[in-house]
Amino acid sequence: MKKKQKYIPQIILNILFIVLSSLIILPFLLVVAVSLSNERDILEYGYKLIPMNIDFAAYKYVFDNPTTILNAYKVTAIFSIVSMVLSVLFMAMIAFVLSKRDLKGKSQMSFFLYFTMLFNGGLVPTYILITQYLHLGDNIWVYILPGLISPWYVFMMRTFFTGIPYEITEAAVIDGSSEYRIFLTIILPLSKPVLATVALFTFLAKWNDWNTSMLYINNSKLFSLQYMLQRILKNIELLQMDTSNLNLLKALSEIPSETVRMAMAVVVAGPVLVVFPFFQKYFVKGLTVGSVKG
Amino acid sequence: MKTQISTTGVSGKGRNRRRMFELYSLASIPLLLVFVFAYIPMFGIIIAFKNYKFNKGIFGSEWCGFDNFKFLFVSDDFPIAVRNTLMMNSIFIVVGILAALTVAVLLFNIKSRNATKVYQTILITPNFLSWVIVAYMVYALLQPSYGILNGILQSVGLAGVDWYSEPGYWPVILTITNIWKHVGMDSVVYYAALMGVDESLLEAAEIDGASRFRKVYHVMIPTIVPLIIMLTILKIGGIFNADFGLFYQIPRNLPVLYETTDVVSTFVFRAMREIGDMGMSSASGLLQSVVGFVLVIITNYASKKINEEGSLF
Repeated sequence: MKKKQKYIPQIILNILFIVLSSLIILPFLLVVAVSLSNERDILEYGYKLIPMNIDFAAYKYVFDNPTTILNAYKVTAIFSIVSMVLSVLFMAMIAFVLSKRDLKGKSQMSFFLYFTMLFNGGLVPTYILITQYLHLGDNIWVYILPGLISPWYVFMMRTFFTGIPYEITEAAVIDGSSEYRIFLTIILPLSKPVLATVALFTFLAKWNDWNTSMLYINNSKLFSLQYMLQRILKNIELLQMDTSNLNLLKALSEIPSETVRMAMAVVVAGPVLVVFPFFQKYFVKGLTVGSVKG
Repeated sequence: MKTQISTTGVSGKGRNRRRMFELYSLASIPLLLVFVFAYIPMFGIIIAFKNYKFNKGIFGSEWCGFDNFKFLFVSDDFPIAVRNTLMMNSIFIVVGILAALTVAVLLFNIKSRNATKVYQTILITPNFLSWVIVAYMVYALLQPSYGILNGILQSVGLAGVDWYSEPGYWPVILTITNIWKHVGMDSVVYYAALMGVDESLLEAAEIDGASRFRKVYHVMIPTIVPLIIMLTILKIGGIFNADFGLFYQIPRNLPVLYETTDVVSTFVFRAMREIGDMGMSSASGLLQSVVGFVLVIITNYASKKINEEGSLF
């Protein structure tokens, strides 16, 4: 009797979370369902959570015209990986320096970083600097260079480095190893957990980047994946509103636009959704690292 | 550090100098990057007081005092954007914290570790998506002629709503979307804090015959109150910075909806990129930075007062 009473709240709680989880998953399923639907069914009956007829026409269309999407994938992969590597390396470098107890100018350097978290020049000065003075517009480096150092992660790394016992590096210091050597051969290998966390956060932020393209890129060969997707949502629509142009309308009628759009979303989001849950523990760790004191 | 013990033959002083040089050289590239991309734009705030022309450059353009700011407040759009920013962020803070806290407490009460892990993974997933993808999902739900929501409304005999031309619904839509994306990740922090609640307190409460609800209310919540206060204060510090992706992508930048969806960050962007009014854009951007700065300083001071450990810096 007593045992039974204890089970009931557990069942209710679990049902509650199953409902909640379904609410989270439903939009995903909806997008997938629409991408697998028949275009004519949609025009007639609207989007359905369960497709009336399974139809791969949308995917066929996407994979028959792969140049744009493959190119966007390539560009995004390049700048995401380069950003991730450089960002982690440079942030670890400054964090290593800041983790030294006896370094002159350490607190000034900390404040130099910290102040950028409090105040920034805003969009217009940054835009003018990047386009008019550094001439980074329509250049793949515009995705990489401006955001390489994030003070938040630097302080997170510094907290971790400070926790590495001095005794471990002492022997190397006595042997006359340079600081470069200590950094590369002792500190970095010992800090894999924090480096992995920061690397994943940086990679994900870059992979999901769309506003950099929107601001600085006009050359469609350099569009990021997300920005390309954003353009598709708008572009097909623009064509649909333009009823005066019969030729366009005719070309459009050959594209299963409603389903293609959702198929594109699946192709863009799919890989990340499949891969990232496996790295969940690093994200959780990153959030719960706790007091990241400047 | 004890660098006096030297086996390399170099004197302690010389060695120390070499060490310093190595460390400063390691710091140089990162600091240079910060200087270029964070500090130089700070000097660029003078543009807000100039009549900026691309062909004349920053120094060649003429000064115009506070004209840009005057235009800002004369226009209808900027005050609306400020109102929306403050209103929507306030809603997000209150609803967001309540939702994350509720999820964390409920999740904490589930006994099966495996089930907890599965739920947590699912709840966190939306966090990995870009706002562009989320905009597609919202579109699939709200699209007036094919969307699921209108389908449901019509199937129960109600009239469908043209969601993308009715600004009145958008505060609710944006709040739900924002919670949907962030509740999982936000609850992780509270969940971790609950894991740190002293087990013996919960056992003592159980022996005293406390119900599940009383344990939550009298033991769990009080122990994580400092964390709740700290996170709330931090969020208030950022109340003037609306999430650009959410407010730009989800309403698909439709002018019909600006009345309730235009916020300061989208206004700054539009003024610059679509209207091409650098003066107005930089003036509103400067206001945003300055107000944000003051708010962060005040709230950080407040959190220090409330809780020595709680302050972030």
